[in-house]
Amino acid sequence: MCAATAGIEIIAPAALWQNERAQCGWEHYEERGYNISNGRDEHSNTRGPALMRVGLFVTCLVDLMRPSIAMAALRLLEGAGCTVEVPRAQTCCGQPGYNSGDRDSALVLARKVLGEFEDYDYVVAPSGSCAGMIKAHYPDLFAGDIDAPRAAALCAKTFELCDFLANVLKIDAVPGRYDGTITYHDSCSGLRELGVKQQPRSLLAKVAGLKIEEMNEAEACCGFGGTFSVKFGDISTHITDRKCENLCATGAKAVVLGDLGCMLNIEGRLRRRGDDKTQVLHVAEVLAGPEEK
Amino acid sequence: MQIASLQFKARAGAKLADVKLQAALRKLQGNFVKGRAERMLELDNFEEIRSAAAAIRDRTLANLDVYLETFERNATARGAVVHWAETTDDVNRIVCELAARYDVKKVIKSKSMVTEECSLNDALESAGVQVVETDLGEYILQLAKEPPSHIIAPVIHKGREEIADLFAEKHHLPRNSDPAALTREAREQLRGHFLTAGMGISGANFVVAETGSTVIVTNEGNGRMTTTLPRVHVAITGIEKVVATREDLTTLLRLLPRSATGQSITNYISITSGTAEAGESGPQHFHVILLDGGRSKLLGTDMQEMLRCIRCGACMNHCPVYQSVGGHAYGWVYPGPMGSILTSTLGSLEQALDLPQAATLCNQCGVVCPVKIPLADLMRKLRERQFARGLRPWPEHAGLWLWGRVARYPSLYALLSSVGVRVLAWLGGSQRLIHYLPFAGGWTKGRDLPAPQGKTFRELYAQRKR
Repeated sequence: MCAATAGIEIIAPAALWQNERAQCGWEHYEERGYNISNGRDEHSNTRGPALMRVGLFVTCLVDLMRPSIAMAALRLLEGAGCTVEVPRAQTCCGQPGYNSGDRDSALVLARKVLGEFEDYDYVVAPSGSCAGMIKAHYPDLFAGDIDAPRAAALCAKTFELCDFLANVLKIDAVPGRYDGTITYHDSCSGLRELGVKQQPRSLLAKVAGLKIEEMNEAEACCGFGGTFSVKFGDISTHITDRKCENLCATGAKAVVLGDLGCMLNIEGRLRRRGDDKTQVLHVAEVLAGPEEK
Repeated sequence: MQIASLQFKARAGAKLADVKLQAALRKLQGNFVKGRAERMLELDNFEEIRSAAAAIRDRTLANLDVYLETFERNATARGAVVHWAETTDDVNRIVCELAARYDVKKVIKSKSMVTEECSLNDALESAGVQVVETDLGEYILQLAKEPPSHIIAPVIHKGREEIADLFAEKHHLPRNSDPAALTREAREQLRGHFLTAGMGISGANFVVAETGSTVIVTNEGNGRMTTTLPRVHVAITGIEKVVATREDLTTLLRLLPRSATGQSITNYISITSGTAEAGESGPQHFHVILLDGGRSKLLGTDMQEMLRCIRCGACMNHCPVYQSVGGHAYGWVYPGPMGSILTSTLGSLEQALDLPQAATLCNQCGVVCPVKIPLADLMRKLRERQFARGLRPWPEHAGLWLWGRVARYPSLYALLSSVGVRVLAWLGGSQRLIHYLPFAGGWTKGRDLPAPQGKTFRELYAQRKR
């Protein structure tokens, strides 16, 4: 792989590197050299992040319900020096249709995502569920389709936000600050489809003032399950109750997690149970800190 | 057993409100979840063994006919008689004929889920044969006239106080709720039956083609007594339970007890090969009944992976839905994720409309399955079949159609979403919480919906760009 990349080595202008160093306060920038030698991103092996064109997949739920999460993701990626673009036509990854058995409409939306994002070096989503849809399920969705090879290429460069920050950019400082103890809920798709487990924890450990207290059954489902939460509301709520009990038992000020579906579910249940104190925060918001006005 | 899965939703509601059941289901977290995790750590290469186990199952299923015929040949050579049952009715007919042939008035049974598929006990009783379940859990359920709610721990839904009440009522003895005392009481009741039954019926966790043996994996001594004391032994299992060799068997046995009960090994692993030879004690007649019961129609389809199942129950133990509602809600023999798939396939899609939907697709089942059955993917495929055949309610079809259309056209999506989020934000009021939403009553019955922030990301991003 290394031999193949030697031909496209691009040296970033020194001034730009210095500038980014100053902005991000990174100590070991040159030493790291952003050598990403796991084979999946050989095309950018020796590039600095400024030359990585990252397509931000906002996800429909974030776009509609909590745009501040995508804003935070944008700040984190740009802060790390990436060139981030947000394709304007993007909507949904097709997961609602895919999980409900409507494969055809899922494929139409997946093809749309493919067209919008395949030209980027990386595609990053602030959601394990939507990144998981692309990475873990597009190969099945495109199986036997003429676009299957293109879809496979898209899978290879798609990342959940924390995974990207921790394993690709390997950032070692984050701007966020949080005074208090949080507990982390592992969302199912991120954890079991993408192996997102240590990445958010290692990033959160860099947040000034923040302490992590693990809850019991952190890896257990929160009961959301997409349309399941509406179709089987009672069962869903019952599962969520258990999650609420586990997270409240830690005494943490906030539960932090990486998927908006789980967030809406957990927050909605906490509030209905009369808990208006425990914060429910997206990991991107905690890592990025508040937006500068 | 009749499939009654269409009442899943109603039954699940009742189960959620059942305080005793909820307390009982908490027990799953012990040996079944924590114990399993600990025992798996004993294996330094769990994932490799798991892959090997899945490969063993796949290899066997790819040549199922060959291995079944090999089993028949080798079992017959050792004095067993192998019967092929296409349907559950065939199983019942064969067993009743055997009971008549050997003049059996009383049957003792060790645990068998396949005979639950057949409702064998009812068939035997109709034929005038007394049936006594000898697995402690199954014995309790026979007294209570209830079906099992779990494939490994059939009586998981009952607490010990409930069992104490039941024993006091049925045994006419002073009430005692100490587990050891309850077990002793059951044992005393069962002892006489073991000694007087003319036929022992067991299941088989595996049948080994190479040796013509049947294998049962148990923790109570009843299995061994059932298969050795009466003069006739009938083992009943599904055709997919065949393994090629003893070597393959040992690989699967490394995973089965660990996955099922969090044990490195069970108290008993009984391998039965043929009948008793002259001078030996043991059954003079050994019959093996292999049930198809719809299994062969999964071969060669996208559901074939389900036939890898070794019935450990790990998928249900780790399923948030099973943990919430228990096994009876599912309405047939097999509950939880594996049950949702088996009910939809061995039964029919129409009989189990809710089951593949009643899953969060969290895939906890898939990661604990010792033979790597992609349970969440299979449930998703069943949802596709339901959708393709128009079996979903029309509002669901309409909703998906609408979302599919809107999300396809970015400008339409942008317009509707910018209006939508403002309406929802307004509905959220000062608390920024929506307490009720039409069309999403399932959500708002038990939860608030945190209101959107009021503008979409695309609007904020466009502003920022300017």
